[in-house]
Amino acid sequence: MTRKQRRLVLIGVSLSVLGVAVALVLSALRDSIVFFNSPTDIVEKHVAPGTRIRLGGLVEDGSVRRGDNLRVSFKVTDGKTDIPVIYQGIVPDLFREGQGVVAEGIVEPGGTIKADTVLAKHDERYMPKEVVEALKKSGRWKEGNQDFAGDKK
Amino acid sequence: MIPELGHYALVLALGLALIQSVAPVVGARRNDATLMQLANSTAVVQFIFVAISFAALTACYVRSDFSVATVYENSHSMMPLIYKFTSVWGNHEGSMLLWVLILAVFGAAVAAFGVNLPATLKALVLAVQSWIASAFYLFILFTSNPFLRLANPPFEGRDLNPILQDPGLAIHPPLLYLGYVGFSIAFSFAIAALIEGRIDAAWARWVRPWTLAAWMFLTAGIAMGSYWAYYTLGWGGFWFWDPVENASLMPWLAGTALLHSAVVMEKRNALKIWTILLAILAFSLSLIGTFLVRSGVLTSVHAFATDPTRGVFILAILLLFIGGGLTLFAWRAPMLKQGGLFAPISREGALVLNNLFLTTACATVFVGTLYPLALEALTGAKISVGGPFFNLTFVPLFVPLMFAMPFGPLLAWKRGDILGVAQRLTLAFAAAVVAICVTFAAMGVKSALAPLGVGLAFFVMAGAVVDICERSGLFRVPFKAALRRGFGLPRSAFGTATAHFGLGVTLLGIVFATTWGSERIVSLKPAQTVSISGYDLTFDGLVPRDGPNFRELAAKFTVREGGVPIGIMQPSKRSFPTRSMTTTEAALMTRGPSQLYLSLGDAEGDGSIAIRLYYKPLVMLTWLGAVIMALGGALSLSDRRLRVGAPKPAAKPAMQPAE
Repeated sequence: MTRKQRRLVLIGVSLSVLGVAVALVLSALRDSIVFFNSPTDIVEKHVAPGTRIRLGGLVEDGSVRRGDNLRVSFKVTDGKTDIPVIYQGIVPDLFREGQGVVAEGIVEPGGTIKADTVLAKHDERYMPKEVVEALKKSGRWKEGNQDFAGDKK
Repeated sequence: MIPELGHYALVLALGLALIQSVAPVVGARRNDATLMQLANSTAVVQFIFVAISFAALTACYVRSDFSVATVYENSHSMMPLIYKFTSVWGNHEGSMLLWVLILAVFGAAVAAFGVNLPATLKALVLAVQSWIASAFYLFILFTSNPFLRLANPPFEGRDLNPILQDPGLAIHPPLLYLGYVGFSIAFSFAIAALIEGRIDAAWARWVRPWTLAAWMFLTAGIAMGSYWAYYTLGWGGFWFWDPVENASLMPWLAGTALLHSAVVMEKRNALKIWTILLAILAFSLSLIGTFLVRSGVLTSVHAFATDPTRGVFILAILLLFIGGGLTLFAWRAPMLKQGGLFAPISREGALVLNNLFLTTACATVFVGTLYPLALEALTGAKISVGGPFFNLTFVPLFVPLMFAMPFGPLLAWKRGDILGVAQRLTLAFAAAVVAICVTFAAMGVKSALAPLGVGLAFFVMAGAVVDICERSGLFRVPFKAALRRGFGLPRSAFGTATAHFGLGVTLLGIVFATTWGSERIVSLKPAQTVSISGYDLTFDGLVPRDGPNFRELAAKFTVREGGVPIGIMQPSKRSFPTRSMTTTEAALMTRGPSQLYLSLGDAEGDGSIAIRLYYKPLVMLTWLGAVIMALGGALSLSDRRLRVGAPKPAAKPAMQPAE
C-alpha cells in the first residue's frame, strides 16, 4: 500500500465514523429531547396530546389526592394557569403542597399530564431552576424569599 | 488563630506558585540550571504550604469552630467524626481547596520523581503546572475563601447537606479529583513540549505513567460515584446521564484515548501531534467538568453553591487555559516533526480506530451535555437531553469499539494479519456464541438486543484471556515453558488484558441489571408479604430510632428465600432537624453479584407504607468491572515505574505477540 492509499484509508474511516456519529446525534436530537414548559406555556402553545414534556411550577395547595396503588394526582401551577398531573409511584421526600416540582411525562388528550418522573427540591433552600423561571415569567417570583431563593446565601 | 494560619499558608503558596510560574521559564530560555532547579524546591514547598492550609481547615471542622463561615454553613457539632472530616470538601470552598491540594501533590511528585526528565522539559512542566495552580489559588482567595470568619460566631452549625452525610463522600470526590487534576500533568507536558518545539517517543514514555495514574483514579472515582448515586437516590439506577456525570465521563473518554495514543507514540514514534492534542483536550474537559459543576449553570445535587462571580472567574480560567492551550497548539504543532504513517491493519491502526471511536463518543456526550445550555442561551427554549439521547448516540459508537477491542492487542505492530487474529480469537467467538444461546434459552426473547450484549461482554472477556494465552504460548508450547513465558511477560501486558476484561465485566453487569431486573412498587401493611424473583419480604413493622444528628423511621423486613429466612432489611427515612430535610436510606442485600434493593416511600395513616423493591441481577459486576479496570491500570503502572527509572529503548520483542 502506498503512502497516499494509507492516508486515504485513514481519512475515509475517520470521516465515515464521524458521519455516522453526526447522523446519530441529529436523529437523536430530533426524537429524544424533551422541552420544558410552564403551565401557561402548555395552554398558550397548545401542546399536542402524546407529546413528552417537562412541566415545572408549584404544587397547588389542596390539590394533592392520593388513590389506591400509590396513585397520586395534583395540580401544578405558576399562579396563572394550573395543569392536572397524575402519577403512580413514590413521590420524592420533599414533594409538598405549595412547593416547587418538576414532572416529566406525556400530555393526555384531556390536557392532563401522565407523569413517569416527579422531581422535587433537593433541600429546603433549593428550588429547581426551571421552576424559578416559570414563576418569574408569571410574575409570582419574589426576590429574597428564602423558599424561592435557590441557593443564594 | 488556626484559620488565619491556613489562610496565610495559602497566600504563601500563591507567592511560591507565582515565582515558579516565571523563574523556570527564564531559566530554560537562558539555560540557567539554578533557575530551572528552583522549580523543584518551590513545587515541594508549595505542596507543604497547601497541605498546612488544608490541615488548618480540617482542624476547624474537627473542632467545630463555627466562627469560620464555611464550618458554620456545613457542619454540626453532633455530626459523627468521619463526616466532620468529609464535610471539609462537602462544600464549594473546601472542595476547591482539595482541588489545589491534589494539584500541589502532583506538582511535588513530578519534582520529586521526575529525576530522569531533561532539565528544560521538567522546568517548563513545573512552570505550566504553576500557572494552573496560581489561577486556582487566586480563584480561592478572591471568590471562595474557606477561612472567612463570622463577626458573631453562632453556637451551632447548619449541618452538612444530609444527602452528603454518607461514607461515599469520603471516597468519591478525592478519587475523582485525583483523576481530573492528574490530567493536568499530561496538559503541562503537552504545553511544555509545544513551547520547546520538540517532541519524541521519550516524551510519551514520561507522560504515560502520570496519565495512567490519573485514569486509574478517575475510573475508580466514577464507579464509586455511580454506586453512591445508586444507593442514595433510591430509584435503583446507577447512571442517569446527568450533566455532572457526563462531566466526569468526558475526561475519562479523552484520557482513555490519550493512554492508547501515547502507546503508539512511545512504540512507533507516530501520532505525535494527535497525542499532544488529546493531552490538552483531556485536561480541558476536566476543567469544563469543574466549570459545569462549580459555576452552577447546571441544577444538580452537586451544585451545592452557586454564585455568578465564581462562575465568571472559572469561565475566565477555562478560556485562558483551554483557549491558550489550543492556540499554542495551532501555532506550534505544524512546526513539530510529523510521525510516520502506517498500515491500516496493524496494532497502530487498531489503536487509531480506538481513538476515533473514543473521541467521537466523547463528542456526542459533549453535544448532549452542552446543547441544552447553548440552546437556552441562543433561543431561550429549555430542553432536557436525557438517557434516550445517549442510548441512541453513545451506545452505537461503543458497540463497534468493544467488538474491535479483542483484535487490537493481538495484531502485530507495523503489519498485522486480521484473518490470523480472527482465527486466534476462535475461542472467544465460541464463548460469545455460547453465551448468546444460553441467554436466549434462559431468558427468552423478551429483548433481542440484550443477549447480543451478553455475547459482546463474553467476547471481550474471553478475548482478554486469549490475549494472555497467546502471549505466553499456552496450549501451543509445553505447559512449563508457557508458564515461564507468562511470568516473563511485561506487567503492562497483564495490565492491558485486565483492564479490557474489566470493561467486559462492566458491560455484563449493565446489560443484566437493566434488562432482567424486576421492580415492585406497592403499599404494605404490617405482616404483609411481597415477592420478587424468588424472594419473599415480610413487613414486620416500623421502628423509630435516634441517630447522632437525625431521627429515623426504619421499616423492618424479613427476607425469605424458598421459605427460609436469609436476613433482615431495614430501609429508613431520616429527618435532619437542622435543615428540616428528609432523606431516604435504601436497604441493600447482596446475593452473590446480584442485589435486592428496598427503599421507602411515605407512611400512610393506617400503618401501611409505600415501598420500592428491586431485584438487580448481576448489578455488582457493573462496579466490579470498573475496579478491575483500575487494577489493570495499577498493574501497568507498576511496570512503567521500573522502566521509567532506567530509560532505554522499549523492550520491543517482549511486547509483540509471542511467536
